[in-house]
Amino acid sequence: MTNHWVDIKNADIVLIMGGNAAEAHPCGFKWVTEAKAHNKARLIVVDPRFTRSASVADLYVPIRTGTDIAFLGGVISYLLSEDKIQHEYVRNYTDLSFIVREDFAFADGLYSGYNPAKRSYDKSTWDYEYGPDGYVKADPALAHPRCVYQLMKTHYARYTPEMVERVCGTPKEKFLKVCEMIGSTATPTRAMTIMYALGWTQHSVGSQMIRCGAMMQLLLGNIGVAGGGMNALRGHSNIQGLTDLGLMSNLLPGYITLPGEKEQDYEKYVAARAFKPLRPNQLSYWQNFNKFYVSLMKAWWGDAATRENNWAYDYLPKLDKGYDMLQTFELMSQGKMNGFICQGFNPLAAAPNKAKMTGGLAKLKFLVIMDPLATETSEFWRNYGEHNDVDPSKIQTEIFRLPTSCFAEEDGALVNSGRWLQWHWKGAEPPGEARTDLEIMGELFTRLRALYKSGGGAFPDPIVNLYWPYAVAKSPSPEELAKEYSGRALKDVTDPKNPTQVIRKAGEQLAGFGELRDDGSTLSGCWLYCGAWGPNGNLMARRDNSDPTGIGQTLNWAYSWPANRRVMYNRASCDPSGKPFNPDRKLIAWNGTAWTGADVPDYKADEDPSLGMGPFIMNAEGVARFFGRGNLAEGPFPEHYEPFETPLARNPLSPAQEQTLSNPAARVFKDDRAAFGKVAEFPHVATTYRLTEHFHYWTKHVRLNAILQPEQFVEIGEGLAKELGIASGDRVKVSSNRGFIKAVAVVTKRLRTLPADGKPVHTVGIPIHWGFTGLAKPGFLANTLTPVVGDGNSQTPEFKSFLVKVEKV
Amino acid sequence: MALQSLDIVRRSATTTPEPGVRQPAVGPVAKLIDTTKCIGCKACQVACMEWNDLRDEIGTNVGVYDNPPDLTDASWTVMRFAEYENPKGDLEWLIRKDGCMHCADPGCLKACPAPGAIVQYSNGIVDFHEENCIGCGYCIAGCPFDIPRISKRDKKAYKCTLCSDRVAVGLEPACIKACPTGALVFGTKEDMQQHAAERVADLKSRGFEQAGLYDPPGVGGTHVMYVLHHADQPQLYAGLAPDPHISALVGLWKGASKPWALALMGLTALAGFFHFVRIGRNRIEDRDEAAAQQALEAARRSAPPGSGGTREKRP
Repeated sequence: MTNHWVDIKNADIVLIMGGNAAEAHPCGFKWVTEAKAHNKARLIVVDPRFTRSASVADLYVPIRTGTDIAFLGGVISYLLSEDKIQHEYVRNYTDLSFIVREDFAFADGLYSGYNPAKRSYDKSTWDYEYGPDGYVKADPALAHPRCVYQLMKTHYARYTPEMVERVCGTPKEKFLKVCEMIGSTATPTRAMTIMYALGWTQHSVGSQMIRCGAMMQLLLGNIGVAGGGMNALRGHSNIQGLTDLGLMSNLLPGYITLPGEKEQDYEKYVAARAFKPLRPNQLSYWQNFNKFYVSLMKAWWGDAATRENNWAYDYLPKLDKGYDMLQTFELMSQGKMNGFICQGFNPLAAAPNKAKMTGGLAKLKFLVIMDPLATETSEFWRNYGEHNDVDPSKIQTEIFRLPTSCFAEEDGALVNSGRWLQWHWKGAEPPGEARTDLEIMGELFTRLRALYKSGGGAFPDPIVNLYWPYAVAKSPSPEELAKEYSGRALKDVTDPKNPTQVIRKAGEQLAGFGELRDDGSTLSGCWLYCGAWGPNGNLMARRDNSDPTGIGQTLNWAYSWPANRRVMYNRASCDPSGKPFNPDRKLIAWNGTAWTGADVPDYKADEDPSLGMGPFIMNAEGVARFFGRGNLAEGPFPEHYEPFETPLARNPLSPAQEQTLSNPAARVFKDDRAAFGKVAEFPHVATTYRLTEHFHYWTKHVRLNAILQPEQFVEIGEGLAKELGIASGDRVKVSSNRGFIKAVAVVTKRLRTLPADGKPVHTVGIPIHWGFTGLAKPGFLANTLTPVVGDGNSQTPEFKSFLVKVEKV
Repeated sequence: MALQSLDIVRRSATTTPEPGVRQPAVGPVAKLIDTTKCIGCKACQVACMEWNDLRDEIGTNVGVYDNPPDLTDASWTVMRFAEYENPKGDLEWLIRKDGCMHCADPGCLKACPAPGAIVQYSNGIVDFHEENCIGCGYCIAGCPFDIPRISKRDKKAYKCTLCSDRVAVGLEPACIKACPTGALVFGTKEDMQQHAAERVADLKSRGFEQAGLYDPPGVGGTHVMYVLHHADQPQLYAGLAPDPHISALVGLWKGASKPWALALMGLTALAGFFHFVRIGRNRIEDRDEAAAQQALEAARRSAPPGSGGTREKRP
C-alpha cells in the first residue's frame, strides 16, 4: 500500500477492482464502511463476479476476467478527453511534459525493439530524449508530438467506450457511469483509493494492470494524498514482510536487486543502481544505494565484509536467470533438482498444474517440509482416491516433516499491507514436537557450517564466514534478529557536515536509514526497516493509537517503513508552493523553514519548495512516470493482451498480429505451452478465488471454519446452468487441458454471461480452499486445473483466467 | 433469580407475579443488525459457536453459501443469502443474519407449557432454560420467526440467548464483538433506534427510498432489529416475515380463551359432580332408545325431497 488501512476512511470514492476486500480482508474492509458512514464515500466494485464487496457497493460493474487493462485504458482515455485530470498535479509532479526518443514506436500491439524468437524486447528505445546537460528534455506546454502527454493520449484513444464493451463485456452506460464517478476525484479536494489484490496480480499482464491503475490515479492527483493511493491488499499476514526482506529469488532485503551474471564488477553493479538525477535539483534517493548495500553486507558477513573484498560482493550469487517459483518447478520437473526445502509453503496446492508439481516432487531425492500442518505437499505421494490418484510404489522421494510453531506461538514482527511492522507476543507454546522456524533454521545452519568447516568445499567462505553473533547459536531470538535488520553502529558514526560530531556511538542502534554509511561503520539487515528498533527501543511494539488530527495518522502506533512514514509520496499532497491541496486532510505542509504535519515528510525535511525538487524522490526524474521507460517487460504504456487461455482468436485491440493475442513478453516453457487448452474443447472461462470462511489451505484443518464451508463447490451462472441442465446442489465435473475436479454446483445470478468480442462467454468460479487433507470434506486441489504461465515481470501465475469445460456428473 | 443482574419478568407456564423492585436504568437492550453493512463473513457464527461452546456437524454444501444451511441446536445464528434482481435490472445480494428476534411479546414463552423453561428478563432478552424444557416443541409453533430447534441428542429446545450471560455482566453479545464492519451493534433499544435512523437517512441518500428499520409491532417490537434497504419488502431477505404475529392458536390457547376454558372445565367438572350426587349415574333405558328412533323417522319424513344433505341447497 502507498497509504494504509486506516487512511481508507478518508476516501471519497473507493474503487475495488482486482480484489474483493470484503471477502478476503473483512477486518480491513471496516475502513471502507467508515468512509461510507462518515465521509459519504461511494463504493465502486468492478469484478467478473458479483462479490461480497459488491453486495455493499453503490455501483457494481461486471467485467470479463483478464480484461482490466482494456477497462482502465478506457478510463484513462475518458479522463484525458473529458479533461478530468488534476492539472497542477500532473504538470508539476509527473513526466507528462517529457520528450521521448524519436525511435520509440508502437504499432499493432508491439513496441519498438521486439524480438519474437526470444519473446522479449530490446528496451533501448523506451527512453526520454536528453539534452547536452544530461537532463531530460521537456515541453511544459505539452504540445510536442513526442511528449509523454501526447503519446499517452494517442495510445489510449483506441480504448473507446465501445472498445471497452467489446473487450470487457461491460455495458457502455455502466462503464461511463464508473468514469464519471472516478472523474469526480480530479478536483484537489476529492480523493479516490484503489484496493486491489490477486485479482490484478494473478494475470500474465498483472504488473501492467496495476501500473494502469496507478496511471489513472496520477491523472486524478490521487497519489500521495490522504484517502488516495494504490493499495495492494496483502494475503498472508506477513507477505509484505516477505517481499520487504527480499524472499524473492531476484531480490535482497529492501528491494535491492541481486546482480546478474554479467555484473561481476562491483563498481558497475552499484553504479547501475545509484541513479543520478535526470532533472536539475532532484534528490534521486537511490544515490544512497551503496550505503544500503554495505550495511546489508556487514549485517550478513560482519568482519568478513571489507572494503578490500568489495564488502563480500563475491559471496552474492550472480543470476543467469530468474529462479522464481515457476522456474524452480520447471527445473524440478526436468529432474535438475535433488532436494527441496519447503518452509511455510504448500506448493502442490499453491503452484499451477498439480500434475506437473506431482511429477516434479516425485523426481526429488528428498523433500523437507517445515509447516505446522500436514500439508498436501507433504502427502503428495500418498493415494487419496480420485483426489490424489498416485501410485506410492513409484515415488521414491524421501520426506522429512519438521513440525513448526505457528505465528501465534512465537514473538516477532508482522508487516501488514500498510507497511506497519507490528510486534506481537507469543500467545501459547507450540504443541508436541513443534519448534519455531528460527530454531530449525538455526540448528540446520550450525550443522551445515560445521560440515563446511571440517570438509571444506569449492567455496565455503559465504557459509563459514556468515556473521552469527546470537547468544544461542542454535536458536537466534526474534529480538536479536529484529535489532539486526533495523541496524546499529559498528563504529562511531559522525555527522557528514561536522565530522567531529558523533551522532551515534559504536554499538548503538540507529535511528533511521539516514544514518547508514558506506564505509563499513554501520550494519543494517534491511535498510527500509532501519529505525524500527532504534536507540529508544522497539518501536514496532508501540500501541499508542492517538490520532491528533483525526485523519487516522497514528504515528506512535507500531512502526511504518520507511522512516515511520504512513502515506508515501505525501509531498504530492501539497501544491508546488507547499500548501496542502486539501486543507481538511492535511498530511504535511511547508511552514517557511521545514515540512511539518501529521505525517513524516516524504521529502528532504528542510527543502524549500521554490527550489523545484519533485515529490517522487525515489525516481531519478523526481516525478512520477506515465511513460514507464524500461521498468516492465511489456512496454512503457500498459497495453491490453488476452489471458494465455482465452475465448478469443484475436486481440480486438491489435487484430493484425497473432503474437499479440496474449502477452508477447511473457515467459512460457515449452511443455507448459503444449498443456494450454483451446476454446473449442474448453469453452468456459474459469477464475479461482478465496472465500471469507477459509484461509488458503490452512483452515480446512480447523473445525469451526470447516463447519462454515464444509465442502468444495464451484459457482456457475444461470445461463450456463440452464444450458447444461444443472441445478444448485448437483455435482459437476470441471476439466481443463491439465486435469479435472468434481464439486457441488452453486448456481447463481452473481456470475453472468458476458459478451467477448460479440460471443457470449460463461464464467465459472472456482474457490480454492479444499484438498485431500484436513477436517473439511475431502476435495480436489483447484490447481489441478490451472495453467503454468506467469506475469511477464513478477512471474505470478495466471490463476484468474483460464479455460475449462463444465459437465454434469 | 438466574443471575444477580437479570430479573425475570415473565416465566413460561407460571402465574407468580414478576419481581418489581428493580428497573433496568437505561431501558431494555437491543441488537441492531444492519443488513446494508453486512458482508456475510460469518464471523458472528464463529463467535456464537465459540462463546457458547457449540460445534455443529461438518455438513455438506447444498448449493448455496449458507452454511450450515439452517439453524440447528448447535447453530443459533446463520447467515442467509438471497439474490434479488431489482426493478432496475441490477442485482442485489441481500445477506441477513438469522436468529432469535427476542420479541417483546414472545410467542415461544406464551406457548410453552413447561414452567420456567422460557423466561423473559427485564432487559428484554428471551432466554431458554433447557433444564426445565420438556421437549414438546410448542415454542416452535409459538414462534413467528421459526427459530427454536429441538436437539436430536437431548430433545430440548435451543436458540440464541442474546448472550444473556455476557450482557448480564456488561458485555456485548459475542457476535457483536466479532463483527468486522459494524453491521452488528448493541446497546439500549432507544440508542439502536436512533442509530438506525441515521443509517436509514444515509441509505436514502444512496437511492434506497424504502430503507427502514424492522421492529415489527405485531410481536410488540423486538430486541433484535434489522436495518433493511427494502423495509417495504422484508420477505426479500430470505423470507423475513413482513408482519409477524403469534399464531392465533397460541393466542387462543394461552390468551383470551384460557380463563374461560379453565372456568368451563371447572364448571363441567362441578356440574358432573352434582349430577352424580343428586341423580346418580345416567342410564339409557329401552324406551328412551325407541322414542329416539321414532323422532328420527318423523324428522326424515317431514324433510323436503332430495334434501338428504344440505350440500345441494348451497349455491
